[in-house]
Amino acid sequence: MYSLSEAAHQVPVIEPSAADGTFSLLWLVIGLPLLGAAVLLLGGRATDRWGHWLGTLMSAASFVVSLLLFVELLGREAGDRSVTQHLYDWIAVGDLQVGMDLLYDPLSALFLLLITGVGTLIHVYSIGYMEHDPRRRRFFAYLNLFVAAMLMLVLAENYLGLFLGWEGVGLASYLLIGFWQHKPSAAAAAKKAFVINRVGDIGMALAIALLFTTFGTTSFTAISQVSGAAEQDTLTAVGLLLLLAACGKSAQVPLQAWLLDAMEGPTPVSALIHAATMVTAGVYLVVRSNFIFELAPTAQTVVVIVATVTLLWGAVIGCAKDDIKKALAGSTMSQIGYMMLGAGLGVAGYAFAIFHLITHGFFKANMFLGAGSVMHGMNDDVDMRRYGALRHAMPVTFLTFAMGYLAIIGFPGFSGFWSKDKIIETALAENWVVGVLALLGAGITGFYMTRLMLLTFFTTRRWKEDVHPHESPGVMTVPLVVLAALSVLGGVLLLGDWIVEWLAPVVGEAPHHEPPLPIIVITLLTVATVAVGVAAAWFLVGKREVPLTAPQDVSFATRAARADMYGDAINDVLVARPGAATVRGLTAGDRSVVDGLFTGGSAGVKATGNVLRRLQNGFVRSYALSVLGGVLLVVLALLAVNLA
Amino acid sequence: MTDVTPYVVLSAILFSIGAVGVLTRRNAIVVFMCVELMLNACNLALVAFAKQHGNLDGQVAAFFVMVVAAAEVVVGLAIIMTIFRTRRSASVDDASLLKY
Repeated sequence: MYSLSEAAHQVPVIEPSAADGTFSLLWLVIGLPLLGAAVLLLGGRATDRWGHWLGTLMSAASFVVSLLLFVELLGREAGDRSVTQHLYDWIAVGDLQVGMDLLYDPLSALFLLLITGVGTLIHVYSIGYMEHDPRRRRFFAYLNLFVAAMLMLVLAENYLGLFLGWEGVGLASYLLIGFWQHKPSAAAAAKKAFVINRVGDIGMALAIALLFTTFGTTSFTAISQVSGAAEQDTLTAVGLLLLLAACGKSAQVPLQAWLLDAMEGPTPVSALIHAATMVTAGVYLVVRSNFIFELAPTAQTVVVIVATVTLLWGAVIGCAKDDIKKALAGSTMSQIGYMMLGAGLGVAGYAFAIFHLITHGFFKANMFLGAGSVMHGMNDDVDMRRYGALRHAMPVTFLTFAMGYLAIIGFPGFSGFWSKDKIIETALAENWVVGVLALLGAGITGFYMTRLMLLTFFTTRRWKEDVHPHESPGVMTVPLVVLAALSVLGGVLLLGDWIVEWLAPVVGEAPHHEPPLPIIVITLLTVATVAVGVAAAWFLVGKREVPLTAPQDVSFATRAARADMYGDAINDVLVARPGAATVRGLTAGDRSVVDGLFTGGSAGVKATGNVLRRLQNGFVRSYALSVLGGVLLVVLALLAVNLA
Repeated sequence: MTDVTPYVVLSAILFSIGAVGVLTRRNAIVVFMCVELMLNACNLALVAFAKQHGNLDGQVAAFFVMVVAAAEVVVGLAIIMTIFRTRRSASVDDASLLKY
């Protein structure tokens, strides 16, 4: 146990005040969607008719409360923007005292707005998208559960509460990815996501246990005050375990394999997982645990390495996929890599990681919902090789998607331009190798997003015979328009370094590092790199005839990217097969050794019994002889004892 | 004090004859008689030792043995009779169905 005075105070200390006034509504943010989920799940078919409205309403109400709280928080002094609400004593066993506490500070405030805001838009969109699904009410129940779990995750004041939300997100994602459970591929994808997430959760559970043994508490407030006094090795271990957890949730290498398969879920789910919830949890965890990572440089370095590998890994996968959703999933992996990179860079990068997370939340939700709208018009076909020239058939989807596209490639002025540029800038300032790789990733982003855009909305018609593309209904296009507007304007958060100053009380203020090149040069370099990627896509895809089936005589790199960079094969060789072999060995060992001990023992007793029962031969005289013999033995024994 | 050795020796001889009889004879009646012989050999020993110690404990015990033996005769003979009726034989080896 460490006392306050020992701590070195290298990181900003969280010193929240108790919630009062408007802030006492904090619990409603989680409570409303949770209530929605409970009503819809317990209410059963009786709620079928209005279930989707209730789900949307609960999510919207949660957004309204978040907005109220945000406005209230804006009105406070910068140093006073941290509030806790104690709901009840959750666990009270001896030394282990865990309260159900909520922490509302600038970081969670931004998350609240993103999750409930984008979440609500996805709810609205789903009303249209899932209209003909007989299980729509259940779908909305799961969506509400997902949102509630994610809110719990970002509002918890201690790691255990965060873990509750963490697992809730895992559960909800499992239910939603496997929503079309009649498809074996969807059931398998849900299971895969769940199992791979469990691997990460082991890291989370161990990290919490280690934190508790080291500090005697899991509260952010308490640990941030004393983390400086802990041993370097302990903090590094905690950091690495937390990174493992983040890798699982945020689909970072080596736990990335579930993300592409998760596309089996309905498209709004993909949007929710990729934009507002789930995959952002890992980034949140790293940023929230800044008081650990700041003091564990080794762990931070590993975060940067993992992030850099992932951002290139995902980008390369995105280049080769013909499935529109999988191409977008590859891009999510890559963009989360950028966020992790920002988070791994420490104080200088935290704010930009969150900034990119928010802008990405806007444009990725926009594009996923746009992809869903395209699929809606194309009879649920996902193969981009059968799209083409859809800009006329679906003008609203096209225009909104284009905004998302320009945002993600970092077209000057759009939200993604500001956020990605800032991360690349910071990376270059901290470590030029990482910076150059991030720059390269931006170029690849330009390539695969342009390819996606061209294949879907431009080039020639390659539609199937019976497909008649049409614009989606208003309930689906309105969220697209809102998200498109946010994708364009998301950059305003950076005006006057607002987001950096806003987050400074939580993540600290960075000492200014001079980048190796003037900022304007870096920006121009980024734009030029992206332009090269876009041009490459134009010459390789846009100007050529697009074959209806993917060509097979392609380079090794393309084959690797199509196979998700052999992620499944690697898992298979490194984990699945050794695991299966171990299990087979253990089963055989169990059968032969453990079972053998018991079955062998009983067989031995039985065999001995078979021999011994022959003594019961039915002849009275032989029994008499045994009695006599026994008596003689007893007498002899007595004599021997007495005479000895 | 009377020397009781001859009585004890006689008792041992009688007991041995009885024991050998039980082990070797097949006729249930004879086996039964041999059992009685063993019991009475015991009685003789009890009485002899009572005489040696000069108290009545052994003699009392001998009475008990006699009572038990009488009761046993009643039950045993009844069993033998029943077996003989059902099997037309009094051989103990014939009644060997109750086994493993």
